[in-house]
Amino acid sequence: MVSRPHGGRLVKRVATGRRRERLVLETTEMYSLDLTYEQAIDTEDLGRGVFSPLEGFVVEDDFLSILNYMRLTNDVPWTIPIVLDVDRERARKISMGDEIALWYNNVPLAIMRVEDLYQWDKYKYVESVFGTKSPEHPGVAKVRSMGEFLLGGPVELVGEVETGLERYILWPDETRVLFSELRWRTIVGFQTRNVPHMGHEYVQKSALVFVDGLFINPLIGWKKKGDYRDEVIFEAYKVLIEHYYPRKSAVLAGLKMNMRYAGPREAVHHAIVRKNFGCTHFIVGRDHAGVGDFYSPYEAWEIFEEFPDLGITPLFIREAFYCRKCGGMVNEKICPHEEEFRVRISGTKIREMLSRGERPPSEMMRPEVADRIISFRKPFVE
Amino acid sequence: MGRDKGYTTVSIPTTLYNRIKELIKDTGFTSVSQYVTYVLREIVAEHEQSKTVEPFTEEDRRRIIEKLKKLGYL
Ligand SMILES: [Zn+2]
Repeated sequence: MVSRPHGGRLVKRVATGRRRERLVLETTEMYSLDLTYEQAIDTEDLGRGVFSPLEGFVVEDDFLSILNYMRLTNDVPWTIPIVLDVDRERARKISMGDEIALWYNNVPLAIMRVEDLYQWDKYKYVESVFGTKSPEHPGVAKVRSMGEFLLGGPVELVGEVETGLERYILWPDETRVLFSELRWRTIVGFQTRNVPHMGHEYVQKSALVFVDGLFINPLIGWKKKGDYRDEVIFEAYKVLIEHYYPRKSAVLAGLKMNMRYAGPREAVHHAIVRKNFGCTHFIVGRDHAGVGDFYSPYEAWEIFEEFPDLGITPLFIREAFYCRKCGGMVNEKICPHEEEFRVRISGTKIREMLSRGERPPSEMMRPEVADRIISFRKPFVE
Repeated sequence: MGRDKGYTTVSIPTTLYNRIKELIKDTGFTSVSQYVTYVLREIVAEHEQSKTVEPFTEEDRRRIIEKLKKLGYL
């Protein structure tokens, strides 16, 4: 069987049919809160069970428990509070016990029952979650700009956040059925925001040797200028899988989820999320979910020692490079040779070459993958 | 950490306590409590494993399989 959902039960709070119609009508009589794109994504992930066992934005008790102990009040591991912030003016218009409508892009996205409305200590939050107060950290900067109050309570979806990428997306209930149909018992999850190079392929295949299936799960729908476009990432992976992965050994599907750059805590969060998708194993990279020099390269590996009850096995696989003496892709653990024989894979170099329409060296990227990326007139977000 | 209401006491035999104290010398564990918590969580999670309920009805499952086929996953 695929992995047990986190906390024991897969959440699915999506209104359908008559109920949905009725709720949408009722939204006109509720207090309306317009969400930012990021808040909308969190809402959708909550309703779709990506953050099971959470059924909604966290209430204060859970919020504090997560900051202090990295666990919910029921002891289930949880490292990043999923919060909905409002400013003072809006907070004044909302009371505990209210049902409010969450809107995104002029369409009702969800109904929320407000179970808690509380002020939060932003300093405590950033120190606990990001391990720093530095405004240079993008997560800290983000928190600074957020409202003074948080709303807690369950959400029920009545709509979705449209990104034009729907054909690439699967939700946890869907992948769980898929994995069981494929007869996979052990599944390794891979988190990415990038087109695949040889290093990624090496890491994925190292894991695949020991499990039934590989779940490649790019984060999509929030790219910044200069990033590869979501469609490019997908098409590049499709080509890679078609040419270099055994049939029925890999599933590729996207996930609309925010990046928080919380390093170690976010690595655990990413693992929990993939557990909900049905994964039994999760690949944790070097400096996973890190940014700048805020975390040491293997800090994200150490934090897993605190969770004997996580219910998903982290796989720590070192970065790969090509070694001319070994004659293949290897890593520090298995290659004894000097630096002069090693070809390090550089994301920056690959990007530069691709943007000039050139194939990177075959030690860095499969030619089929490179060609597919180059075939896009505009592979990068503008 | 332990100053708020996040902790409570359970009793274990003194002999077991001493045995654990001996065991965790020169390990990453700094106290018997820390060790006991770690081990309990590991075992409790294992016991919970057998209590999983998949939330799908047959109808849900059928609909999901249809979608998966349409998208080319199956
Ligand atoms: Zn070598």
